[in-house]
Amino acid sequence: MPLGHIARRTMRPTVLLVTVGIGAVMTGACAGTSAGIGARSGAMGSMQIDGAREQTADQQVQHVLHRLAFGPRPQDVATVRQMGVDAWVAQQLRPERVADPSVEPLLRQYRTLSYSADQLLQEYPPPGVALAQAARRGGGALSAQDSMQLRQQAREGARALGELASSRVARAVVSERQLEEVLVDFWENHFNVFAGKNITRYFLNDFDRTIRQHAMGDFRTLLGAVAKSPAMLYYLDNWQSVADSGRPVLQPIPPRLAARRGELVRRAARQRGATPEQMARVEQVTQRRRGLNENYARELMELHTLGVDGGYTQQDVIEVARALTGWTLARGGQGGGFVFRPQVHDAGAKTILGVPFPAGRGQDEGDKVLDLLASHPKTAQYIATKLARRLVSDTPPPALVARAARTFSRTNGDIRETVRAIVTSPEFFSADAYRAKVKTPFELVVSTLRALEAPADVTMRTAQVVSRLGQPLYGHQAPNGYPDMGDAWMNTGAILNRINFGLSVASNRLPGVRLSQWSAYDSLRTLGREAQVDGVIRLLLGDAASNDTRQILITGSNPLAAADVRAANGLAQIVGLAIGAPEFQRR
Amino acid sequence: MGEGMHRRVFLKGGALSLLTLGLSPSFLRRTALAAELPRVARGKTLIVLFQRGAADALNVLVPFGDRDYYAARPQLAIGSPARTNGASGAIDLDGFFGLHPAMTGFKALWDRGLLAPIQAVGSPSATRSHFDAQDYMETGTPDRKGTTDGWLNRYLAVKGTCESCTPSSSAFRAVAMAAQTPRILEGPAAVVAMNSIDEFSIRTNAGDAQQRLEALYRTGRSDVVHGSGRDMFEALKVLRAANPQQYRPAAAAQYPRSPFGQRLLQIAQLIKAGVGLEVAFADVGGWDTHVNQGGAQGQLANRLRDFSDSVHALVTDLGDRMDDVVILTCSEFGRTVRQNGTGGTDHGHAGAMFVIGGSVRSGMVHGRWPGLAREQLYDGRDLALTTDFRAVFAEVTARHLGLTDIDAVFPGYRGGIGGSDRWLGVMG
Repeated sequence: MPLGHIARRTMRPTVLLVTVGIGAVMTGACAGTSAGIGARSGAMGSMQIDGAREQTADQQVQHVLHRLAFGPRPQDVATVRQMGVDAWVAQQLRPERVADPSVEPLLRQYRTLSYSADQLLQEYPPPGVALAQAARRGGGALSAQDSMQLRQQAREGARALGELASSRVARAVVSERQLEEVLVDFWENHFNVFAGKNITRYFLNDFDRTIRQHAMGDFRTLLGAVAKSPAMLYYLDNWQSVADSGRPVLQPIPPRLAARRGELVRRAARQRGATPEQMARVEQVTQRRRGLNENYARELMELHTLGVDGGYTQQDVIEVARALTGWTLARGGQGGGFVFRPQVHDAGAKTILGVPFPAGRGQDEGDKVLDLLASHPKTAQYIATKLARRLVSDTPPPALVARAARTFSRTNGDIRETVRAIVTSPEFFSADAYRAKVKTPFELVVSTLRALEAPADVTMRTAQVVSRLGQPLYGHQAPNGYPDMGDAWMNTGAILNRINFGLSVASNRLPGVRLSQWSAYDSLRTLGREAQVDGVIRLLLGDAASNDTRQILITGSNPLAAADVRAANGLAQIVGLAIGAPEFQRR
Repeated sequence: MGEGMHRRVFLKGGALSLLTLGLSPSFLRRTALAAELPRVARGKTLIVLFQRGAADALNVLVPFGDRDYYAARPQLAIGSPARTNGASGAIDLDGFFGLHPAMTGFKALWDRGLLAPIQAVGSPSATRSHFDAQDYMETGTPDRKGTTDGWLNRYLAVKGTCESCTPSSSAFRAVAMAAQTPRILEGPAAVVAMNSIDEFSIRTNAGDAQQRLEALYRTGRSDVVHGSGRDMFEALKVLRAANPQQYRPAAAAQYPRSPFGQRLLQIAQLIKAGVGLEVAFADVGGWDTHVNQGGAQGQLANRLRDFSDSVHALVTDLGDRMDDVVILTCSEFGRTVRQNGTGGTDHGHAGAMFVIGGSVRSGMVHGRWPGLAREQLYDGRDLALTTDFRAVFAEVTARHLGLTDIDAVFPGYRGGIGGSDRWLGVMG
């Protein structure tokens, strides 16, 4: 109790400081906008080197805003500079202490975002189910009105996924808790699930909430929450993994019942009017040779914890799968929440990574397996590598990874502390790390909207732009998630799409983005070409444009247009070219 | 020269970094090998067409000679050619199998000796999930979910790029006529995914924006971002020189106005434009006919007419070029032998494929027919499998495109006809 009291006392001044800080900076930014813009790039750049850090003070500001945030909004640079890089980083590591007033009203604009899987399934049944229901009503035939209604329903159903994807983009744009959003993106990708696998999409609102709850918390808790999430149970098939026939189960089904079971289930399904699709599944489940499905067990070790070279064997995969038999969904292939079914849990003894697990254990056995995996040194190494790759560079320095892995182990998988170890390190602020990462499509779009101060788009269109650029959210089919390596995102088609994205932004073709709303627009609009280019280079490219780039942006404008039109159009064109430029593809 | 260097360095760097990412050693071996392997024979093209949703093979390639077929499908069966006059019966191929009556386009290809149908072919996996089955067919690794790349991309990676080709022409080496790169083409080799050729252009009407963008990528450091940009601007020039906007199909080929027909038209454009197209992919949905599937007329008939007419137009349009082109059609699985209670069919097992081209062995229906009597069915309900889909994919890739390292593209495949001296024989 006294402890809590102290904590609250020390917390209050921090919050106060933040509020004051933001207020002060906003005024400062407004005043500074017109004065600052147009200043030649290098002029504002301070060359002093901060302690052991190789990056200049200005570079550090840009760096944290591109790595612990989705790129700077115009006022952010001043905010961080004023707070100090370290204080800003420390604040981002405590998202619960950062006021985030714009997110709640934003989320309220989505109709289905707060829905659970059960609500979604009820309101928007899968098209197959709805189709069969309609066909039964019509005695096997569909009226034109039926089919119109079905199409409408399917469209509405698809909206739910669109709303979730839209909210992911919008939150990344407007949230003040930027590092938290970065880590949400990281973990949703680390624990990748694919919306297109049958009914997985219905579980994704819940999945997003699960990831958010633990994104900066305790890794073991996160791992357990994901293991029991309907999205993961469904996507990687663990819901249908049962003890192999011949294996003892924890709670045997009486033989008479077992023999009649298939027919009973089928009859029950027919009576409650199951669709052909459901009947197919019932048939499949009741006729199929019961047995293990290793899918989740394998990815749990290969992708979620130990990593592919984590030292486990195929036998370990089988044993982990056995330990997780009975971890399933209340309504099986139709959804429902997590349940443990002792009737299908393999009750035999197991040995996993050399650790014996005695016979006759139940759900706690799976929990113990997760304990074992989460605390394994290979997991510390693997998670540290992936975090450092995301936050520092495609090939993070081994010494940094080793330190981060030690922090992970020492703190029993405290994600916040592991991230802190990485983002306060000299390696993080090294010259090599500066602008070393290629933006993913998600990062490209979000950083553009932030740079231009676009309001959050609550329609699905911006998320669709992210899809078209090659990164549909919840749209990566394989369990490994999207790559976090620059070369995976760079090819001819990708560059073309990114250039066209920049041009569409500049011509106000992106939903919600109007250059005229950009706070710098008015002050830049009337300046000469060179000053415009320098302003754009400073605000969009973080002063990192090469001299060639500057020259190319400066030359060329339509000499036939009237001077003021030319200047305004010219500014839009400079913005478009800058977003399509190589420099903007990096962070 | 500089760009060639860049590409090779990029490839090597990619392989090394994949190692740290923790991908399998075999993947690494394949990627590393890619730089050294013999180069692609010029001018051969493989077009893969995927019917998503599980096409009802028994009503596509109709076993009218099998009495059990009619017993299982009292309303849905397609009549035998002998008993039905004209349009409503199957189109006879060999006295036992016939084509669905809507597939007159395929019949024309059969008559010209260009069509090789395969019956009872598919995935050995027992799954009846669309998702899993498509995944397996596209990765080429049935029952292995962890595979990260598609088999067509592994083929591209194993073969490496054509040595004499410039980076620009290899930009269109692999094209998916789709909004996103499909699973079958995912992987380390570069792939262009586009809904239409028009999309592969810089959308600006602002004077010199394109030239200045190009200049932005031609100057500056030599990294993966700049390198990809330079390749892209080269590719744009190649495409512009080929002038696909002015395209007129040859031989009065009539492509359906459907999205699928238009995608095939654009594949023909790319082939004729000589942009170096080696692998093309398109897919078409609407095959998941649980309800009101129809017989000689109806839902499935309409899908098949579009499918067959589109492919027929493509073949007609390509003319003599079909000597160097093979079209391969597939679908994730077949459907139940029995019709269900809602005038449709449910998820089954084995299906049908077609291999089309000047070099195929036509005049016969390939694959062993397992029969439709109850004891001959898979799980007592589905057409049994007698040919692994990898047997067909491997034979086409080896004999048409010159793939030698089958194991690199279909790892672990040891099918009954896996050895190169024991092909199914669809490629003559």
